[in-house]
Amino acid sequence: MFGRMIRGTLVRQWKKMLMIAFTIALGASLASAMLSVMLDVGDKVNQELKTYGANIKVIPKEASVLSDLYEVEDGNAGRYLKEDELGKIKTIFWAFNIVDYAPFVNAKSTLDDGSEITVVGTWFNHHMDLPTGESLDAGVASMRSWWDLKEGSWLDEQAGESADCAMIGAEAAKKLGVGAGDTVNVSGSSADKQLKIVGVYDAGGEEDSEIYCTLDTAQELAGLDGSIDSIEVSALTTPDDELSERAAKDPSSLTVAQKEQWYCTAYASSICYQIQEVITDSVASPVRQVADSEGAILEKTQLLMVLITILSLIGAALGICNLVTASVMERSQEIGLMKAIGAHNGSVSLLVLTEIFITAIIGGVAGFFAGFGFAQIIGHSVFGSAINMRPMVIPIVAVLVVIVTLIGCIPAIRMLLRLRPTEVLHGR
Amino acid sequence: MSLLELKNVYKIYGELHALDDVSLTVEKGEWVSIMGPSGSGKSTMMNIIGCMDKPTKGEVLLDGVDIAKESKKNLTNIRRDKIGLIFQQFHLVNYLTALENVMLAQYYHSMPDEKEALEALERVGLADRAKHLPSQLSGGEQQRVCVARALINYPEIILADEPTGNLDEKNEEIVVELFHKLHDEGTTLIVVTHDPEVAEVAQRTLVLRDGKLSKEIVNEHFTGKIRFDDQNPF
Repeated sequence: MFGRMIRGTLVRQWKKMLMIAFTIALGASLASAMLSVMLDVGDKVNQELKTYGANIKVIPKEASVLSDLYEVEDGNAGRYLKEDELGKIKTIFWAFNIVDYAPFVNAKSTLDDGSEITVVGTWFNHHMDLPTGESLDAGVASMRSWWDLKEGSWLDEQAGESADCAMIGAEAAKKLGVGAGDTVNVSGSSADKQLKIVGVYDAGGEEDSEIYCTLDTAQELAGLDGSIDSIEVSALTTPDDELSERAAKDPSSLTVAQKEQWYCTAYASSICYQIQEVITDSVASPVRQVADSEGAILEKTQLLMVLITILSLIGAALGICNLVTASVMERSQEIGLMKAIGAHNGSVSLLVLTEIFITAIIGGVAGFFAGFGFAQIIGHSVFGSAINMRPMVIPIVAVLVVIVTLIGCIPAIRMLLRLRPTEVLHGR
Repeated sequence: MSLLELKNVYKIYGELHALDDVSLTVEKGEWVSIMGPSGSGKSTMMNIIGCMDKPTKGEVLLDGVDIAKESKKNLTNIRRDKIGLIFQQFHLVNYLTALENVMLAQYYHSMPDEKEALEALERVGLADRAKHLPSQLSGGEQQRVCVARALINYPEIILADEPTGNLDEKNEEIVVELFHKLHDEGTTLIVVTHDPEVAEVAQRTLVLRDGKLSKEIVNEHFTGKIRFDDQNPF
């Protein structure tokens, strides 16, 4: 009989139930879309921010001490990192989070007119075959994606003829009156080179007055074979929290369990720590500005999504509240009759709640799939990639649908409990 | 012991005395009509006898139990077990068939039994309309479904509130005939009506005026049939 009554309500009052299902679907879709994006947004924002450059810088330990003591940014106190250890960066625990990196060698050089210029040796699109079997193209071509190419093209290390090729900053090019296809003679401390300009870039910073060439060329100019000044690393990181901040100050202050947790979480500080473990006598530190913006943007984005989710659920609860209350009001005679012929409040409430929950399940499932679709639209339009659906979204959305439906039903159930058969049955 | 006994019952709403010192008794198997103009307190009395309301003062003994002192939950149980209700507006659930409407009373009483519900519809002459929705039935048929629903749990009392108020003469006769059958089977009937023709078929008629019992008429020529003539005492 209970089933017949439920079926009767759902089938014969399908328009009302459809409205309730639609309201629940709307709330559930927004909640599942926001939750999916929110849970995936960390990686997406990180990836997005990676296009704005490295977030970890590795320098020799001595250079770091001097830099800390005298607040000097440039110079490495005659200490260098080893080029042959570069591949080890992709062997650390969080190797998969290292999306790009490039070594740098600064060769102070002199031009034909006697003026000085910094020739920076680096990787552009350096190809590496890793011990893990993977291969990686790393370098500034992707790490300096904001450079505006004014003339020519990016230096292609894999083209074969990259030796003695270079890219020149717009300011330096203007000063020297050179462009793509021209040559520039530079004299380093160990060698002289004639560099062929393949491209002119506008970086909007001090790089505009520098020349960028391959690592080997700069090493020859400076006489630093096998040595590098610094490494810039672009890594996917988890925003800092209390644990990571404590660890960044002093890893030894952590308990074994805390240290394990910290080490196994992709905090910038734990990745730095792991890089230091594989690069001899190095200090890896997060580029604070980028790391902080990542954290701040991520927190704000997630907060915004939580607010949207809460607001959408409040909206859904209010909608359900109105619709269910209207439905109970409309059915007051039917409910009054049930009470008059012996139904207790519990059994009438159970009937109404079952109807609403069946409707909620239908609306919730539809809303979940619609939300998954919304999440993909958000993913493609904002981040240019799909949003991965985390399995945990399903129970969270289910619990939220139950809570919202229950809250939405409260006024209707209160009305139902207060309803007296005498008030609705006489009809006069 | 009387089946129903009201002793000095009052129902007061602010200044209004809807029932004012009403005392009456109804014996088991008796057919009683309650008459009176609008606002005389008929519905209030019906609500109290039907365990849907409590008196402000006084005792209402149903089968020896003072329902004025019972909890809401117990009143629901008493209503479910002892009273069959018939309404002027029929109050059938519009998305359930005639049969399901009868089974609804069984469901809240004990267990739905389709065969028994069908028998109840047969008693009111509607077995062939069992699968019809209320909207597919005439007013008279709907009221007969309502009667079947009221008698399905074998109640001690059938309480009918203006049972013929929405019916034409022909259907009125059919419903009264059903009451007559129920009375013959030993069911106690209390019929609230303002229709003198329906009132006078009962064994006894109580007339309410301004919340007080103003007259009691005993039908010495009780037949259980409507007399559509000038001999009607009302």
